[in-house]
Amino acid sequence: MSVVLERVGLRVGEETVIDDVTLAFERGTMNVLLGPTLSGKTTLMRLMAGLDKPTTGRILVDGNDVVGVPVRKRSVAMVYQQFVNYPSLSVYENIASPLRVAGVDRAEIESRVAEASRVLRLDPFLRRLPAELSGGQQQRTAIARALVKRAALVLLDEPLANLDYKLREELREELPRLFAASGAILVYATTEPSEALLLGGRTATLWQGRMTQEGPTPSLYRDPGNIDAARVFSDPPLNELSVSVRDGRATRVDGAALPAHLSPDLPDGAYRLGFRVENANIREDGSGDFVGKVSVTEISGSESFVHVDLGFATWVCLVLGVHDWKPGAMASVSVDPRGVFVFRQDGERVPATLAARYVTDTVGA
Amino acid sequence: MDKPLNNRAWLFVLPVLVFVLFSSLLPVMTVVNYSVQDTMGQNNFFWNGIAWFQNLLDPSTDIGGRFANALVRNLLFSFVVLALELPLGIAVAICIPRHGWKVGASLVAIALPLLIPWNVVGTIWQIFARADIGLLGAALNGLGIPYNDTQDPTSAWATIVVMDVWHWTGMVALLAYAGLKSIPDAFYQAARIDGAGRWSIFRNIELPKMQKVLVIAVLLRFMESFMIYTEPSVVTGGGPGESTSFLSLDLVKIALGQVDLGNAAAMSLVYNLITLTICYAFFTVMTQLDRRKDV
Repeated sequence: MSVVLERVGLRVGEETVIDDVTLAFERGTMNVLLGPTLSGKTTLMRLMAGLDKPTTGRILVDGNDVVGVPVRKRSVAMVYQQFVNYPSLSVYENIASPLRVAGVDRAEIESRVAEASRVLRLDPFLRRLPAELSGGQQQRTAIARALVKRAALVLLDEPLANLDYKLREELREELPRLFAASGAILVYATTEPSEALLLGGRTATLWQGRMTQEGPTPSLYRDPGNIDAARVFSDPPLNELSVSVRDGRATRVDGAALPAHLSPDLPDGAYRLGFRVENANIREDGSGDFVGKVSVTEISGSESFVHVDLGFATWVCLVLGVHDWKPGAMASVSVDPRGVFVFRQDGERVPATLAARYVTDTVGA
Repeated sequence: MDKPLNNRAWLFVLPVLVFVLFSSLLPVMTVVNYSVQDTMGQNNFFWNGIAWFQNLLDPSTDIGGRFANALVRNLLFSFVVLALELPLGIAVAICIPRHGWKVGASLVAIALPLLIPWNVVGTIWQIFARADIGLLGAALNGLGIPYNDTQDPTSAWATIVVMDVWHWTGMVALLAYAGLKSIPDAFYQAARIDGAGRWSIFRNIELPKMQKVLVIAVLLRFMESFMIYTEPSVVTGGGPGESTSFLSLDLVKIALGQVDLGNAAAMSLVYNLITLTICYAFFTVMTQLDRRKDV
């Protein structure tokens, strides 16, 4: 089965909730919808499930327009951020519920529920009520409900967001495997870039109801097509700098000149530079290109994210290891030009050659 | 467990104790006092042991028979009223819109009967039900349905039950609505994707999610209906005959009408105990159910 969204849009009153989204999903693939809260991920899923009707565009399943086809006639399953189970039914009955509604015969129900509960390790809890389970077990039950249905389209709407860290890692690994056998199209909505990278497959980045970019997940991360896609796919947030380029030399908006290796080789004009945390480093020896004051240090496992206030912007820098930079301390920041994306004023990425110049500059120096 | 122990704290509780003493403890003790004494008048009381209670609980005596009949009436009334108001209240709650200006309008309309003083409710229905000039009574008679709430026990009962339903269904509806509002949208979505019908949504999502507020609704409605006094005393005055004489009405008749203090005191104590026992039993069962679920 294939699902295609063709120029799909949704307006509610005056507000455009989904703006002209075109996307295609193939059988047996993992697809990530990546975007911050309110970017339209859930709405897009509702449209795909048939819970809402798009105001413009078409949704094609195997080439047939399915707009207007009622939800229950579609082969769709969905798992939500909240743990949604029938509160008065046992775990067994919960898993069986979509099959009962569909009128599947008794023996078949029994075998399918047994299989789903085995792979989701719910066997010991089949006779309990959802309220008697931990959060992780409740979400496993909800996933089992989606699994037994053997739906062709499985929508996972931030399914792990309410789980603790360990469980999240565990289930994130399991989820794609669980559904792989059925050949279903998996669509997974998340706000976290790292989750998208772990899931792989293809990713579409969403920003304010628009799809900003779409492609294989790793290449999307390496090559954001525009500033919105880069922002959505960066956590900690993308470091940014507005520059104007004249005769191959860039200056900041406040007039200060940038080092040569950060001057993009581009026609004169205004540009925005963007780079991720891993390309901004703190130089203990003070040899960095920029100097600022530390405002916050986030220690995240083996890495420390140091927020440095440079006056014209606040950047987040990566320091390996656990460092406790005190707020107010002076920090010298260097930027690796190879990781700098250059965007036009309208946000579109332009190919620029910072790295090459960097090499000649450093050789010259 | 190293809480500081300070006996001066008792001083701060004292005002409340004094208040409770005068507001409930002393009146209750007075009633207890009456219930074990008899009098020949002239304010001369003498010890009577448990004779009043023995009479009261023995249906073959005059007072015992009266008490038993009134008790049955009370239980029947509470049962009928709950059986009507709960489903009706839930049905109304499901029909209340969830968004927009209609929400406020519906809630105000539903809450309106709750804002009317109880004796005014009684007066409204007393006039409404009158067979000669009342809108309800005269209309029913005009349609050829024999109706007279001052002469026919069935009419009287019907009037009081319908009045109570009119008065209190709104409260059940408001409570049920609060329960419905707390159900996240995802549950309805999931049910739609499962292909569940309206009945299954109600049975498997809405009803279990409303359970806690419905327990409160049942408790409140039971207590209030079991203690009903004002409205029937205005509408029917316990009549015709004894047909709508509930415990509270009978109690007032015996205590203030016949000034039969011993019987009235024994009766009010037993009445109180029954209410307490039923509520306690109800509460215990419900909390047990809850505990089993919240493991």
